[in-house]
Amino acid sequence: MAQPAGPAAACRAQGAGRQPYSNGPVQNQMMHSSDAQGYNPAVPGSYSHQKVPPHQPSGQYNYSGSPNVSQFNSYQGPGQTLNRPPVAPLSGSPVQQTGPVPQVPPPALQNSAAISSAGSFPPGAGPPMLSNWQYSQSALSHPAGTPTSHLAHGMGTGSAQPSPSLSGNTNPPGSYQYAASPGGPSLQNSYMKPGSVPPPVTQPLTPLHPPRPPLGPPPVGGPPLIRPSTLTAGPPNAQPLLNSAANQEGDATSAASDGSAVQNSYDAIEGGGLMATPHPSPAPPNLKMNRNVGYSYPALPPGYQNTSPPGAPGMQASALQYPDGSKHFHQPPLGTNHLTASMGSLSLQQEGLRPVNLLQERNILPTTILQAPVPNLHEDIQKLNCNPELFRCTLTNIPQTQALLNKAKLPLGLLLHPFKDLSQLPVVTSSTIVRCRSCRTYINPFVSFLDQRRWKCNLCYRVNDVPEEFMYNPVTRVYGEPHKRPEVQNATIEFMAPSEYMLRPPQPPVYLFVFDVSHNAIETGYLNTVCKTLLDNLDLLPGNTRTKIGFITFDSTIHFYSLQEGLSQPQMLIVSDIEDVFIPMPENLLVNLNENKELIQDLLRTLPQMFTKSLETQSALGPALQAAFKLMSPTGGRISVFQTQLPSVGMGALKSREEPNQRATAKEIHLTPSTDFYKKLALDCSGQQVAVDLFLLSGQYSDLASLGCISRYSAGSVYYYQSYHHKHNPVQVEKLQKELKRYLTRKIGFEAVMRIRCTKGLSIHTFHGNFFVRSTDLLSLPNVNPDAGYAVQMSVEESLTDMQVVSFQSALLYTSSKGERRIRVHTMCLPVVTTLSDVYAGADVQAITGLLANMAVDRSVSATLSDARDALVNAVIDSLSAYRSSVLSIQQPGLMAPSSLRLFPLYVLALLKQKAFQTGTNARLDERIFTMCQVKNQPLVYLMLMTHPSLYRVDNLTDEGALNINDRTIPQPPILQLSVEKLSRDGAYLMDAGSVMFLWIGKSCGQSFISQVLGVPNYGSIPQNMTHLPELETAESIRTIAFISWLREQRPFFPILYIIKDDSPLKSSFLQNMIEDRTESALSYYEFLLHIQQQVNK
Amino acid sequence: MFEKIVFQIIAFDELRTDFKSPIDQCNPVHARERLRNIERICFLLRKLVLPEYSIHSLFCIMFLCAQEWLTLGLNVPLLFYHFWRYFRCPADSSELAYDPPAVMNADTLSYCQKEAWCKLAFYLLSFFYYLYCMIYTLVSS
Repeated sequence: MAQPAGPAAACRAQGAGRQPYSNGPVQNQMMHSSDAQGYNPAVPGSYSHQKVPPHQPSGQYNYSGSPNVSQFNSYQGPGQTLNRPPVAPLSGSPVQQTGPVPQVPPPALQNSAAISSAGSFPPGAGPPMLSNWQYSQSALSHPAGTPTSHLAHGMGTGSAQPSPSLSGNTNPPGSYQYAASPGGPSLQNSYMKPGSVPPPVTQPLTPLHPPRPPLGPPPVGGPPLIRPSTLTAGPPNAQPLLNSAANQEGDATSAASDGSAVQNSYDAIEGGGLMATPHPSPAPPNLKMNRNVGYSYPALPPGYQNTSPPGAPGMQASALQYPDGSKHFHQPPLGTNHLTASMGSLSLQQEGLRPVNLLQERNILPTTILQAPVPNLHEDIQKLNCNPELFRCTLTNIPQTQALLNKAKLPLGLLLHPFKDLSQLPVVTSSTIVRCRSCRTYINPFVSFLDQRRWKCNLCYRVNDVPEEFMYNPVTRVYGEPHKRPEVQNATIEFMAPSEYMLRPPQPPVYLFVFDVSHNAIETGYLNTVCKTLLDNLDLLPGNTRTKIGFITFDSTIHFYSLQEGLSQPQMLIVSDIEDVFIPMPENLLVNLNENKELIQDLLRTLPQMFTKSLETQSALGPALQAAFKLMSPTGGRISVFQTQLPSVGMGALKSREEPNQRATAKEIHLTPSTDFYKKLALDCSGQQVAVDLFLLSGQYSDLASLGCISRYSAGSVYYYQSYHHKHNPVQVEKLQKELKRYLTRKIGFEAVMRIRCTKGLSIHTFHGNFFVRSTDLLSLPNVNPDAGYAVQMSVEESLTDMQVVSFQSALLYTSSKGERRIRVHTMCLPVVTTLSDVYAGADVQAITGLLANMAVDRSVSATLSDARDALVNAVIDSLSAYRSSVLSIQQPGLMAPSSLRLFPLYVLALLKQKAFQTGTNARLDERIFTMCQVKNQPLVYLMLMTHPSLYRVDNLTDEGALNINDRTIPQPPILQLSVEKLSRDGAYLMDAGSVMFLWIGKSCGQSFISQVLGVPNYGSIPQNMTHLPELETAESIRTIAFISWLREQRPFFPILYIIKDDSPLKSSFLQNMIEDRTESALSYYEFLLHIQQQVNK
Repeated sequence: MFEKIVFQIIAFDELRTDFKSPIDQCNPVHARERLRNIERICFLLRKLVLPEYSIHSLFCIMFLCAQEWLTLGLNVPLLFYHFWRYFRCPADSSELAYDPPAVMNADTLSYCQKEAWCKLAFYLLSFFYYLYCMIYTLVSS
């Protein structure tokens, strides 16, 4: 801890002095421990509030005021009214506020340095308080008017701001946490009422920055409010600080931790009118402040530096645009695109447009994973833009009119992964969530501030007022900077929804498991695996004390299990009337997990043995689902169904429709459901907030097309384990275990709805994914899970004239497993272009492929598979011929494509060869339909991997260019083209096809690889069905295993590794994935290109 | 017949707009009501399809018998459209016309709405035309 010099010490001293104010002895301790942070003692009382209701998780900001402020009042000037004391000093020394730049800097610097060092402490080592950061205003707590306080003041604020950069340097990213409340619910951290912070605090900040511009403007350094999303679950202490903001919070921590005594709330203050003195001139200080701020952050997007005086260093762009800016908050940035973007990313866009002759350039596949194209925006806006993994558009340059879009012949749409597990997610608790009054858009980084009090919605262009509490920025602890609030600095943010977002109490997590126990099911032995996995993960199920769980089994009858408290063992109730299902007893079938854990464990242990003698072969899935639905409908929740055969009795019985001889003819296959029983039931489930997840472990045809509807419309997910058998197919057992573990322990959101909004003029017309569309733009998602992706198609309804950018916002409202209502908001901003060449330059080939795949699934269901295939090929032909005729000025021979679309034919060919769309006899109907489900429901990354596998050479892995993660070295071999000509006999190749991996060993593969990685003496002794690599002590083995497990860790499902030789039966599956080669029923890549060229040149 | 078409228009409008406030839309209780509404409307719509088509075909047959070639000619396109609509429905399930998940697609919905408006105009015009013809015949005879 490098303690800063005098000033900081002074602060400390002050803090010590203050202690009386601080709540309790605990706090005092905290404060002491927090010396490093210097002044923070003063803060504590002021903004922390303790009103934390138990249900609130630790890591959030509270903006809402807590009731008791009284202690502080004396010196704290909340909001405008209370400001007096601080104000007085200010007014006394106006110079200091604005002018002080030269004076203040040194202390500030010191201070910031100190802080950063403080921040860098490993959390564990530090005093407990480190984990808690609060946004409190340190400055306020200082006695007004004393010179020292002033100084401290400056320091405090100064430190807050610059520190991001500093800390950014020192600390590993991702590590800071805002809210942790280790002690328990009471310790929540919060920053309080935004509105009330006296403006003066901010002033000192300005000076600080100029000295260290290189470090980067705060927004860059780290979005202030980020904290790991996992925080709530994890031990709070674990998080190291990330940025200065965090540090400050850290300072404040003491306040937070003391929590119990010092609750002050802004509201209370204002209401109480403790310091009733009117605040005469709030505005002027703010203005000054703003100006200063603008000055101080040269790198900020011009929009944010509102009113910098022209000619300020580093500010050219903004200065140009807003010469008059001194009075207004303009959010220029969006507009600036044109100026800066045209210069900045010109080269990049040009690259996207460079014509490529596909017939001549053979090596177009990049050797690393293809990244999403970067939209052509001003870099400051781009920095704020949503992560492409979460939100992606097929055209990163949006065409201005529908005519232009039609001309480009490319689909316009979005691909979303809204509930992805994030390592850093800012969470904001606020009593009011700022939204546009007409279109209900959440405030986001791309809105423009007309002045301090008004913002203009970027979707409908309505001008809204900035609410009072939004004026206070909890991160910098500055009043009057609404444009620096976390909501305006992060494109991805999560709100804790206040009570008006829940009209019924949030539902408890309820899990119901429905097991098939017919003879066939027992044969496969799946029940053992599932019960064991469930037993192991019972404590890891997401939930809280309200979690409920229940079990149903069925063959031709339905069995319920009463888990009533006091029973010595679970009691089985059999209902044999499957025509009119009823629930034998209303209570005790769904029981509290924690209170009845022993009984549940008992049941899970005995369940697999209970039916071993069963000879019942019928399966009454339909009635069982009806029973499950009846059981769940009062609460909502998740039903997990395990099914191993075609349902044969009762409602929803199905007949086998697959005729093996007809697999080849694309015309006759049954992709549509044969009954709408499952669809209707799914809609009923959706209405009652119940989702059904289907695990199909079946050797024979089970009509997934019909069964899958139950998950599709209730927003569940489908898992398919073909020919599952515990003895005959042991690799499937491991796969089921691993995937079930992930399934049981992953995050889950209940009773969710998602709405996607876009700028006026664009309209969304089709949605893809698992959900029910409840009104034209509202998706009903009874459950939402982190592994689900969605896609939407859009059209340009009114031309986007005069708009330089458009924005898209997805808002997902859900109940977390802890019973909180939360809203996760993603916002993306994209430029609008007027020329066809720009549209092509911004095409995102992966997103286009993903969207086309979704559309093709719809097409094959509504029309035929061959129609869908034709449509895919036509998509390539149309877009390339449009490019040729409209953009290319010189007609060259060959097949020309813009560089951005150079992989388009390859990916479409890959789609045509994928299981969902391929022709030929090798795809079973259920498998094909399962792949279609995956296309609809997988996020883009996994979809692309499944479509176009990655091929690596692994026998010569080196550490060159390797990644280092947690002390593991992960080699990064280049990706090879999927062609047999890239394979050589003396190598070993790993093909990663998403849900399966193949390790192909060449015939004359190096002896060292075979012995040191595979652990067998020679090629001939490699076993036929080897599926695991032995863990050997050799460097090669460690590298290979590290690489494979790294690949596996990145996805939510578990790919089986098959090690194959030339004579392995699986070799054909391996070769099937060689997309560039010719197969019995499909063209090779070169032939495909020739075909396209022929059509294009027609 | 007009009533039916008017009902269709109202129904599609109802499907399209959800009158509740956005916050209320997110309310799970509302979800149930809304879903029930959608299903009820779709059910009604489905029930009305066949009567409408058969009444229209009946008219056409009557015109044929009456040898009203001009009137018949005016009606034949719509008749063919109805046949096409009816037989184009996916074969596997009898109820796929106005199927809740399908109809909630914004594209389908706007198409259905447009269709309903056009039909309304057509029926209204033809009603007056028939009236005119009838009176004309009465007067001239």
